[in-house]
Amino acid sequence: MLISVQTDDFDLSTELAKLRAGNPAIGAVVSFVGLVRDLNEGQQVSAMALEHYPGMTEKSLTMIATQATQRWNLIDCLIIHRVGALHALDQIVLVAAASAHRGEAFAACEFMMDYLKTEAPFWKKETTPAGERWVDARVTDETAMRKWQLAPESN
Amino acid sequence: MKIQLRFFASVREKLGSSGELVELDAAITQASQVRALLVARGGVWAEVLASDRALRMAYNQQMIHGDMPLQDGGELAFFPPVTGG
Repeated sequence: MLISVQTDDFDLSTELAKLRAGNPAIGAVVSFVGLVRDLNEGQQVSAMALEHYPGMTEKSLTMIATQATQRWNLIDCLIIHRVGALHALDQIVLVAAASAHRGEAFAACEFMMDYLKTEAPFWKKETTPAGERWVDARVTDETAMRKWQLAPESN
Repeated sequence: MKIQLRFFASVREKLGSSGELVELDAAITQASQVRALLVARGGVWAEVLASDRALRMAYNQQMIHGDMPLQDGGELAFFPPVTGG
C-alpha cells in the first residue's frame, strides 16, 4: 500500500507498473486521476493552492486505503495526493486499486475517492480573475460517500 | 490540562492564527466546551466558530463526529469541510 502526500507531480504509468510489479495474482487495476479544471462555479481558475493537515492527512488516507483493502479484498492499492501550488491542467490526485477481478478494483477505487473527498483534510484555494477564494464543499460529495454506507456488500 | 489548538484553511485565515497552546480549567473536559470557550472570546472567534457554522473538528488527528473527551497533551483542530481530490 502506497500513501503519499507530495508537492511533486506523478506519472500514472510508472505508479501502476510499480503497483503490479511481479505479482501475477493481480488480474485488474483500476485507477482515477483528478485534475485542476480551468472553470469552477462560473469563474476562470488559473491556479490553486492546496493546504492540508500534516500528520492527519497521512493517517486519514491510510485508513481509507485499509478500509478499501479489507472490504474488497484488494491485493494492493495506492493514493498519491499533491499539495502546494497547482495550475490548470495539473494532476492533483491518483488513486488505484489492484485485485484479482475487475469488480473489486472498480468499486474500491470509487470508494477511496468518495471517502477522500469528504474525510481527508485537504482544502483548495482557487485563484480567479476576481481574486482568491476557498472552494466550498459540495453536498454531492457527501451523498456519494453515504451510498457506500448503505450498500456494504457492493462490489 | 493543556491542549494544542490548530486551525486550518479559511478558519486559520479568518482567525489570523494557525494554532495556540491553551491551559484549560478543570471544568473543561470536552471538545464542545473548548469551542464554546473560544466563541466566548467574541469578535471574529464567535463569527468563525459559532455552533451553527459548517465547521469540522478533529481530536488527535481523527475527525470528531459528535463530542469528544479531552486529555492533557491532546491536539484539537478546527477547519471547514474538506475539499481535496
